[in-house]
Amino acid sequence: MTQSNSPRTLFDKVWDAHVATPESEASPAVLYIDLHLVHEVTSPQAFSEIAARGLKVRRPDRTYATLDHSTPTLPPNAQGERPYVSAAAKAQVATLEENCATHGIRLAGWESADRGVVHVMAPELGLTQPGMTVVCGDSHTATHGAFGALAFGIGTSEVAHVLATQCLLQRKPKTMRVTVDGALQAGVSGKDVALAAVAALGFGGGTGHVIEYAGAAIRGLDMEGRMTLCNMSIEAGARAGMIAPDEKTIAWLKGRRHAPQGAAFEAAADAWLALASDPGARYDKEVRIDGAAIAPMATYGTTPDTGIAIGARVPQARSTSDERALAYMGFAAGEATTNEPVDVVFIGSCTNGRLGDLRAAAEILRGRTIAPRVRMVVAPGSESVRRLAEAEGLDAVFREAGAEWRLSGCSMCLAMNGDFVAPGQLAVSTSNRNFEGRQGKGARTILASPATAAASAIRGLLTDPREFMDATKEAAHA
Amino acid sequence: MPEKFTTLTSKTLVLTQENIDTDQIIPARFLTTTRRDGLGKHAFHDWRYDADGGETNSILNEIDPSARRILVAGHNFGCGSSREHAPWALMDYGFRVVISTDIADIFTSNALKNGLLPIVVDGETHADLVAHEGQDVTIDLEQCEIRRGNRAPATFTIEPFARQCLMEGVDTLGWLAGKAADIAAFERARGEAA
Repeated sequence: MTQSNSPRTLFDKVWDAHVATPESEASPAVLYIDLHLVHEVTSPQAFSEIAARGLKVRRPDRTYATLDHSTPTLPPNAQGERPYVSAAAKAQVATLEENCATHGIRLAGWESADRGVVHVMAPELGLTQPGMTVVCGDSHTATHGAFGALAFGIGTSEVAHVLATQCLLQRKPKTMRVTVDGALQAGVSGKDVALAAVAALGFGGGTGHVIEYAGAAIRGLDMEGRMTLCNMSIEAGARAGMIAPDEKTIAWLKGRRHAPQGAAFEAAADAWLALASDPGARYDKEVRIDGAAIAPMATYGTTPDTGIAIGARVPQARSTSDERALAYMGFAAGEATTNEPVDVVFIGSCTNGRLGDLRAAAEILRGRTIAPRVRMVVAPGSESVRRLAEAEGLDAVFREAGAEWRLSGCSMCLAMNGDFVAPGQLAVSTSNRNFEGRQGKGARTILASPATAAASAIRGLLTDPREFMDATKEAAHA
Repeated sequence: MPEKFTTLTSKTLVLTQENIDTDQIIPARFLTTTRRDGLGKHAFHDWRYDADGGETNSILNEIDPSARRILVAGHNFGCGSSREHAPWALMDYGFRVVISTDIADIFTSNALKNGLLPIVVDGETHADLVAHEGQDVTIDLEQCEIRRGNRAPATFTIEPFARQCLMEGVDTLGWLAGKAADIAAFERARGEAA
């Protein structure tokens, strides 16, 4: 490990601390992985690979698995049978259960109160900690960067690498600092910041880079908002997104089951605060965004970088790909997207399935009902989130408004578990991707915040949530 | 273990759309498999099949994939999810090379692990390939060259370790497992029992 005295970024510090063997012209660095998160979809071929070679899992204690992607979000029937979308999905879950049993890997399975969407569950349990390297066979692993971890998605071959060696072969990526200055307006959430950042960077604008988010608006976000922001780093093509740990980080982690306890926690907290980038640390690229100028955002196209302020006009197409996207979405350049009837509203996912997200949506829905044409599905990000939400009565708010209240899981975000948006239907979704067919073949997706999703469900049209926030205040004063 | 790659001459298939994401390459509903083979039938599924399962007029249904092993695609190919099913599906369909002006990081990593060669070229080279769709192109990994007809060869860069692995058929998991002593030493240095 080489550590110069020159100022280092947060990323540099985490990277340097995990280089088992340095990179050379001929070969990449061997990077040690502290936490390997595993789910049922991207792991079976990796377990088969190591089994075929007679290898074992090197560090089952650094590996943690859950069931989330292909799992049904409706409860079991009277016979206890879960409504899997297919025999294949059921077999995939059984395969992970077997693999975890074989290799001694902890699994937050069906019987566990800890089960949840992998990027919601791991922080909740305190598995994710500042300064760690975290990987998962899932592109939204950057979520964990909200804690000052270096967290990134890997493919199944690399899942096998980490299972067998607890390491990955990696070239050191470039760094980019995205500074969001100023104070966010009321009604603007971490999701709106994420959509604004991805729009500013462009869909592939972060390729080859690790982003560090900095600035007053970022420090002002709570941990859930920071997770939402880091989660969507991949939507700008970035390898990872990170935020320096601060007092909010430490307060959030304190008392979590897998976090250090007692005096060990105090010592760890000091080390975590020291991870912040040194003054004068250099980045390969710098981007600045005016946080005060960010309005509630929604996408109009079929890439996540097409976020605009709700009510703004769709820009002119600049390529045949843009034209195809507008044709697919049924939107016209020069017009707003707020007049197109919404069929489905989805609240959930690793982006926006946390308790704060459900509270933000319920705040708007409380005492109101969704438009008759709208089908609204709420899938909590974890069973813990579900229990906490139910304890506050949020499930009742959603149900009384006309929404479906589900078990936790990825659900309609990627539509592989049987929850999907029908062909041609328009969805306002708190998830992360609006690709053609992402939420179901022919489905049209608008990405937005939980508050926007709730407001849109009430109106049946894409709606700026501040309309209801103001109304709420007026009603309170009346 | 990746299939070895040194040179390949084949006709190209061009898909000019930008941002072809991994949900286009293979929709998530086909990811419930626990195998990595047989995914070619799902490659670009929603482009190739309509809602009733009938074939569309997509060029992907017209061509003989065994004769078009080089995919020339629009900017930012392979963006989106980390699913390695994407390169598995592309290779099972018949591709060995993907050329674009930008290719997503995780897709690149996944492709290289499987012997699917991702090549990033400049706009001029890309435009030439697009303009000459269906012609024979030679990909020479030893020289890092793309050759078409009498045109001056275009060069490309590729991470040297990945190139060596592809040319020699090096198995990266085996190579990494060979670092076990270094990994154990790293764990000991951190005060962990290995």
